[in-house]
Amino acid sequence: MTTQTATDTKTQIQAQPEILTGAQILVRALVDQGVDTLFGYPGGAVLPIYDALYDEPRLRHVLVRHEQGATHAAEGYARSTGKPGVVLVTSGPGATNAVTGIVDALMDSIPLVVITGQVATHLIGSDAFQEADTVGITRSCTKHNYLVKRVEDLARVVHEAFHIATSGRPGPVVIDIPKDVQFLPGPYVGPEAARPTFSYNPRTRGDQAKIAEAVELIAAARRPIFYTGGGIINAGPKASEALRELAHLTGAPVTSTLMGLGAFPAADPQWLGMLGMHGSFEANNAMHDCDVMVCLGARFDDRITGRLDAFSPGSKKIHVDIDPSSINKNVLVDLGIVGDVGSVMRDMLAAWKAKGHEGADLTAWRAQIETWRARNGFAYRKDPKIIKPQYAIERLYALTKDRDTYISTEVGQHQMWAAQFYRFEEPNRWMTSGGLGTMGYGLPAAVGAQMAHPDSLVIDIAGEASVQMTMQEFSTAVQFDLPIKIFILNNEWMGMVRQWQQLLHGERYSHSYSESLPDFVKLAEAMGGVGIRASTPDELDAKIMQMIDTRRPVLFDCRVAKAENCFPMIPSGRAHNDMLLGDSGVDLDSAIDDEGKMLV
Amino acid sequence: MPPRLNEAVEKRTFAVLVNNEPGVLARVVGLFSARGYNIESLTVAETDVEAHVSRITIVTSGTPLILEQIRAQLERMVSVRGVQDVTLDPLGIERELALIKVRGKGDDRAEALRLADIFRAKVIDTSHESFVFELTGASSKIDQFVALMRPIGLVELSRTGVLSLTRGLG
Repeated sequence: MTTQTATDTKTQIQAQPEILTGAQILVRALVDQGVDTLFGYPGGAVLPIYDALYDEPRLRHVLVRHEQGATHAAEGYARSTGKPGVVLVTSGPGATNAVTGIVDALMDSIPLVVITGQVATHLIGSDAFQEADTVGITRSCTKHNYLVKRVEDLARVVHEAFHIATSGRPGPVVIDIPKDVQFLPGPYVGPEAARPTFSYNPRTRGDQAKIAEAVELIAAARRPIFYTGGGIINAGPKASEALRELAHLTGAPVTSTLMGLGAFPAADPQWLGMLGMHGSFEANNAMHDCDVMVCLGARFDDRITGRLDAFSPGSKKIHVDIDPSSINKNVLVDLGIVGDVGSVMRDMLAAWKAKGHEGADLTAWRAQIETWRARNGFAYRKDPKIIKPQYAIERLYALTKDRDTYISTEVGQHQMWAAQFYRFEEPNRWMTSGGLGTMGYGLPAAVGAQMAHPDSLVIDIAGEASVQMTMQEFSTAVQFDLPIKIFILNNEWMGMVRQWQQLLHGERYSHSYSESLPDFVKLAEAMGGVGIRASTPDELDAKIMQMIDTRRPVLFDCRVAKAENCFPMIPSGRAHNDMLLGDSGVDLDSAIDDEGKMLV
Repeated sequence: MPPRLNEAVEKRTFAVLVNNEPGVLARVVGLFSARGYNIESLTVAETDVEAHVSRITIVTSGTPLILEQIRAQLERMVSVRGVQDVTLDPLGIERELALIKVRGKGDDRAEALRLADIFRAKVIDTSHESFVFELTGASSKIDQFVALMRPIGLVELSRTGVLSLTRGLG
């Protein structure tokens, strides 16, 4: 080939889009979107895509053991990196198995792009083998979804999907691709050429007049508080920096939802700990008694507010959220600001500095907070012979805090103890299923986080019941040489269910005992990993160190006290200043009234 | 905090402009059912073929807070290009079309025709014992006509649901 013809060919390529098969278009689009890892499981309706992956070295494919695992792994990848997670599954059962993780990502605003195979276009609607109405099933649990019936649309749709998943309030986007479309030739266009043509354009910059008003409110406040959430993590590391600066400048204390842990450092004296149902005594009391509440990237979820009509009755409320529908949804606010929380906080900082504010004297407020803090709401009784679950997490934290550590959890008591006793200094280090509360989230999420951070210490703090829901992904970790640590607080009960049955249902422990548990040590070995068991407090530290030093996947069976309850607790239907404390000695049976029992 | 929690339920008409793509109606309707909002009437058709825009007019009801939520929830959908509050817009116009079948002989027949004339309803079918009227107007006008026809011998009723537009070019 002469130089001349090579140039001609290049010009021609620029003028006319390259023709590829649908499967190749998808793979090329993923590469052009900067994807390096996908989590998936092959099947009949995605075979052409898997064929295109066969000789694509730029994409690492993590073969999971169940499609739910793929979605949670992609969530773990996304939350630990700030990049979208990508999932590839087949039609029918592949897609339906992925649904739990898709809903989980929607509830927690995690950017995912989920590619599902579909039966050929001419078979759609015929009840074909492995056919499911994937766009119908996922319509209400995605931010947006597509059925791509024409190969000409495929490249644009994939680029659009990434844009939608990652912009505004992030969330999952499903792309359903019929098998014939994967085979057909069509034009490839890159991300630049495929700009979305419709009106989707989430607002990122906040209203400056409202921001100025908010700054005046904060400056004049005597008892201000920052109530922060997962939105700050989603807004990127710069948003966490802005929060730190804003807190230090104003002097206001900071609390966070479960989703927002790490945005503000737990070591900071202004940190109050997590708020909400199992939040700290000082955080909840400060929320109740504050005069100006600044909600940043959180959504007044029912776990946070407790009884709505008694929620922080005396405060002016400012709410910053990128999703306009979050404002005034559960709690009426005085000032709603729609925008990217990082951008709004930077504007607040600028407005504060421009005005030369120094803030009101917060001495009395700080002193009040210290009296709540002194109440030590997380206190528990240690036991010389039995490992208390709180103690296990305290020790895990002490022995891992100076390392490069990522923590995921399952759902239940262990999750709350992890949020209370593990302390986070940075964003993107903490992955937990907040909104949906998906048992089985943590193990595959750890797989995803470890894929993104191969040299870091990735620990799933688990319960023995939750972990069995996605146990099979331990094999994925073994296959891909991912040294995840599954730290199981094994109390032989579905602990949170047991706790509620004790509190609400007269100690009638209906089906909440974990019968026929596997021997987790032998199970780990059978699956090709390492099993470690700790049964007494005096051996715990050495066993944890052994776990950390093992460069292979570990199942850690930590035998803990069986009937420990998670405190403090705002019982359902109660207000923030009406918390149950672990040593309060109240009759738990009468702690919740009939109306409260109706709530979850 | 504005004391808005115990406000009364109101009726509201929203015009929702959406990308005309498969499943878009299901998205909008699904939002209403998933979040427990009411739909009192709904009309949909493509209105701009070139721009692939369809117009969905939804009559719903709720407290002002719920209505604010409905609008925000609609606006954040990727397929939705815009939402107009027709009820609150002083330039908003709402119309509905109804087909009404009435049975009647003798005096009843004359009375039905006389009322139809007052309401400017058109007779579009007739037999010795029945009429089908076509009536256009505000929903309340149709409600009233139907109420008057009921004792005479209302047989069957079909309504389009509310259509809406704003006056002028603004």
